[in-house]
Amino acid sequence: MALASFVLNEIWEMAQMSAYVETAGQPWTSTLGLCTRAADGMLFGAAFLLAFAGGLAGLYSLRPEWVTVAGLKERMFRLKAGLWSMAAIAWATVVAGTFIVYPWYRAKPPEGATDLSAYPRYFLLADPSTAAWHKFGMEWKEHVGWLAPIAVTVVAFAVTYYGPALAKKAGERRTLMLFYLIAFGTAAIAGVFGAFINKVAPLR
Amino acid sequence: MTPQTMHEDLPNGPVVAALIAGGLGSATLGLMTVLAEASPSINDALNWWNPAGPLTGKTLTGVIAFLASWIVLHVIFRGRNVTFVPAATIALILLGLGLLGTFPPFFAIFAAE
Repeated sequence: MALASFVLNEIWEMAQMSAYVETAGQPWTSTLGLCTRAADGMLFGAAFLLAFAGGLAGLYSLRPEWVTVAGLKERMFRLKAGLWSMAAIAWATVVAGTFIVYPWYRAKPPEGATDLSAYPRYFLLADPSTAAWHKFGMEWKEHVGWLAPIAVTVVAFAVTYYGPALAKKAGERRTLMLFYLIAFGTAAIAGVFGAFINKVAPLR
Repeated sequence: MTPQTMHEDLPNGPVVAALIAGGLGSATLGLMTVLAEASPSINDALNWWNPAGPLTGKTLTGVIAFLASWIVLHVIFRGRNVTFVPAATIALILLGLGLLGTFPPFFAIFAAE
């Protein structure tokens, strides 16, 4: 599903290229990279958010009274694999977001530039009606997104360490679920604002 | 797996270490975000890589605090049982401070004139 989301978003972005002044008339090969940058969040974000529901259900239902020993064994493998995959995806997303995408976002326009559409940060700040997308949306997204990989790594480690014994530890399970929910919430904030900001001021 | 492994009483120290380290990393990120807003000199000092600006210093400081404190706390708590509720409360409060410190209306209160 994550891959399908990415492919559909890529097609959607490619289809819009003829509508932008900077990309109208350009061959699709020259706008492919641009569209991939715009759609990569869909791949990572969708994979993370889709895996979340499975992980939450796995953590919540990890109770000895609900699951047989054989069921616990099978469930633990899926839970560990899912949580470590989520941690890897979350780290990849924030590193790529900060060190690959963000420099394009905050690139400074040359002196005297009047067309700021290729400089999203300055484009948003130039108009009071869009400035809040940067001052609130981007400022929140760029910082809070980093809490997701930290929190989900802690959960993945704890589940791996305890293994099936976690089923008997209600307090630990509840705390891990809170960490997990915060990881999801912060990833969702970053993902939603990323998608909206990319619509208001697309990366060129 | 056998029923014995399911009931195995593993010491909770390593998990407490990870939880508190996660909280410390988050709180450090929140603190750096507030400090960078409050002080132009700290903001400049956190500019570790110019294309991405001070965001690099703020986030990598949080990650370093997370990993370093995890190693130290793991060594301290390894093989030990820690009273879980106070430790989990501390971890969640630290995580909450991280959330608060990275919330723009909060860190904007400290913005340098």
